[in-house]
Amino acid sequence: MKQTARIISTYSADVMGVCSALFELGGMTVMHDASGCNSTYTTHDEPRWYDMDSMVFISGLSEIEAIMGDDEKLIGDICDAASELHPEFIAIAGSPISAMTGFDYEAVAEVIELRTGIPAFGFPTTGMNTYIHGASMALAGIAKRFVEEPERKKQVNDREQESDSGDRGASAPYKVNILGLTPLDFSIVGMDRSIEHWLEDNGFEVVSKWAMGSSLDEIRSAAEADVDLVVSASGIGAAEVLYERFGIPYIVGVPIGDQPAGQSPKAFLASVLKKYAGNKRRKERGEGSDLSNKCMNVMTDVSRMYPQNEEAIAKGTVAIIGEPVTSLALAAAIESGTGRNTKVLCATETMGITLRPEDHVTPDEDDIIPELADAAVIIADPLYQPICPPEAKFIALPSEAFSGRIFRTDIPDLITEEGLAAILNKGV
Amino acid sequence: MLKRINEKTESTVIPGVRIADAAFPAPFRSGLEYSSPARGTWNIVHTGMLIPEAHQIYVCGAGCLRGVVLTAAEMGTMDRFSTVAIRENNLLDGDMEDLVIEGVSDIIGKLPKRPPAVLVFTSCIHHFTGVDLDMIYARLRERFPDIDFADCYMNPIMRKSGLTPDQLMRSRLYMPLHERPINSSSVAIIGNDLAAQSDSDLVRLLKASGLRIHEITSCKTYEEYQEMAESSVYISYNPDAVPGGNMLSDRLGGRHHYLKFSFDQGEIDEEFDKLAETLIASGPAGEDFAVRVRNALSEIREEGRSAAEQAVKETYALIGDTPVTIDYTFCPRPLGLARFLLDNGFNVKKVYVDGIPAADKPSFDYLQEHYPDLMLHPTVHASMRFAAAENTAHAERNEAQSSGRAQVLAIGQKAAYFENTKHFVNVVEGGGMNGYEAIVRTLGLMKEAYLEEKPMRDLVQVKGLGCEVCVR
Repeated sequence: MKQTARIISTYSADVMGVCSALFELGGMTVMHDASGCNSTYTTHDEPRWYDMDSMVFISGLSEIEAIMGDDEKLIGDICDAASELHPEFIAIAGSPISAMTGFDYEAVAEVIELRTGIPAFGFPTTGMNTYIHGASMALAGIAKRFVEEPERKKQVNDREQESDSGDRGASAPYKVNILGLTPLDFSIVGMDRSIEHWLEDNGFEVVSKWAMGSSLDEIRSAAEADVDLVVSASGIGAAEVLYERFGIPYIVGVPIGDQPAGQSPKAFLASVLKKYAGNKRRKERGEGSDLSNKCMNVMTDVSRMYPQNEEAIAKGTVAIIGEPVTSLALAAAIESGTGRNTKVLCATETMGITLRPEDHVTPDEDDIIPELADAAVIIADPLYQPICPPEAKFIALPSEAFSGRIFRTDIPDLITEEGLAAILNKGV
Repeated sequence: MLKRINEKTESTVIPGVRIADAAFPAPFRSGLEYSSPARGTWNIVHTGMLIPEAHQIYVCGAGCLRGVVLTAAEMGTMDRFSTVAIRENNLLDGDMEDLVIEGVSDIIGKLPKRPPAVLVFTSCIHHFTGVDLDMIYARLRERFPDIDFADCYMNPIMRKSGLTPDQLMRSRLYMPLHERPINSSSVAIIGNDLAAQSDSDLVRLLKASGLRIHEITSCKTYEEYQEMAESSVYISYNPDAVPGGNMLSDRLGGRHHYLKFSFDQGEIDEEFDKLAETLIASGPAGEDFAVRVRNALSEIREEGRSAAEQAVKETYALIGDTPVTIDYTFCPRPLGLARFLLDNGFNVKKVYVDGIPAADKPSFDYLQEHYPDLMLHPTVHASMRFAAAENTAHAERNEAQSSGRAQVLAIGQKAAYFENTKHFVNVVEGGGMNGYEAIVRTLGLMKEAYLEEKPMRDLVQVKGLGCEVCVR
């Protein structure tokens, strides 16, 4: 039956996704719920909780407040806390009960903002979707509210002048934002920094990282970017907003896979980023564009680039279960590095990211089990192992979003050659 | 220590109140709530896992499932745990009853072995949508007559309405017990997550009286668990177990006796006297048994008093005026402990407690009068987010000024976290202690904590202290 899980875990929920996405930005996030969500989030979804003093709280909704529609209690409590703690912004995220009682997030946020003078958001999460949905919503809210208009014209003029006199315009590094970085997908094992270093090594200047390792001020200047790199489905909402507001194109992908040299998935991703960034600059200068698309899902296309290897294909399909962007990137890295066929089983929302024909969205245990029947190798979080066929080779790739902190020390940094090898050398 | 994200919050005042100025039972206004990283107390999953061979099924939204699923995963008990996810369409479709019945049935059908008992946890949303739980359980019992179903609840929204979730869970823990003939030589200790200490006054008294002791924590099989139903007396000493104990008594016929957990010697004596009378009244007939119980109690009491006196002397000689802080997770009566320590010369400075337990009212009144400067601090107030950092900074400033060694001895995990000290007593929920043994053991643990550092950060973050865990 759909919606049941006999033995596997549950992905982190939308309300936790909001908290995770906003964690490092200096705001105050309030889960509007009775109790329990807060300790769940801080124990299982937030590896930064012990070391960083972000303000994430729960409203402590009671039966009588829910029945009587006593929003004033919540508003008063938030205003009191804000007057003591001075957050940069206030965010309210919903739960099943607030969803059911028709809580008006937008109106309550507006009242709070009027009373406190602090920017306030309401995110209508329901606690019934995955973290992707909530994180994407939250980062989109930040993009709408805080990202400031760039001094683009001045910069472009400067570049043109410098270009005329020197050539800096042509050689100035392209600027990029990284969207969709949260520990739920990338843990705290250094993958965020590895992505940043990879971009820098490829000549990019990183403007902001949404939202690990960047302050709200850095986020504010995101419109300086020429292109956005969306590293998880959580970044799609912000990418859409930044495109709508500032025309910044976005590329969906994670830099995984260095083989074959010069034609690797990483090399392809870098080239596409440069192409779209260059296109953006040309548009700003009033030059014609050779690209009509605002975005590209690199990892869907990249695995089509590599020649089929009959011997490798004969070894059987490699199934990957997880979040779509990283899973597709890993699939591309496996296909480019080994020639084997892959299949991605996406257990979270895709946020519109296109999967390949062989991939499937499989939210429930009963969706996943039949898809694994023909897999020779399965790469997934260890908590999926009990539903995997015993004859398939199981390779553990832990995800904070699925198993929380349990296997954190086993999470590899897939961006590095060593991290990827730690997975591939186990039998792919 | 905490990395500062928002510079505007640099100097946060830690909320607190002198006990002389505190209101009973709620010394702090309710507001937004913070959750500290100290996780040693048990939750409903841990407690439910105490029933041997039982399977737990939770029916709720993903956000609510997440915490309980990973509790089971960290315990290594996912094979005894399943979920049914409520989606947004279920709210609109009005099929919540079907979802529970069919979901639970589907899971039972997939289990490799039929469990003798299934604990079905419904959630806040079932309460608010008026789900017909009676019909649900009637259908499930029809379909699976060989399974004992227990209606359990994960509905924190009801925590201020009637029984608390903790009280409810402790009552549900014994719902699958079937009535059987009462054995006057059997008693049960109920309502605890942690087994009563084998050298506690209670266990010693029951053993010395020749009684068979049932305790869920020691049951290895479902049949062994069922044998609890033969008990002539159900003894609880966790206040949250009282409603469940009364229900058990009404349903199965044994007598429920609530033995107040206490650090007050007079009260300990009084409570054990009352227990002895209950045991005599419900136990085997004849004067021999009564004499045996009274003699045993007399001996335990005499030894206990002497041991407690000695422990106080030795502990105070070692610890002296080192500041001591206590939190409510250590035992059911944290103010009773504060009172005991203060009366014996210890330098108790703070108690971390969000509300005063009803059982602690006499100690609250006493402390207001005799130790008015004792500070009470909340644990969930939003500003407590910064308490650990503030306390650390304060201690560092004092250390610099005095050039002395700043040290706090914490009793309980939350106190240890907020004080940022490695010198702490790592016990939750009373740790199975009772009677004079609770005094002696607590003082012993204080000595140990004073002398030895513990890896506080690692220890306090483990969920369900005393459970098997698989966090690596």
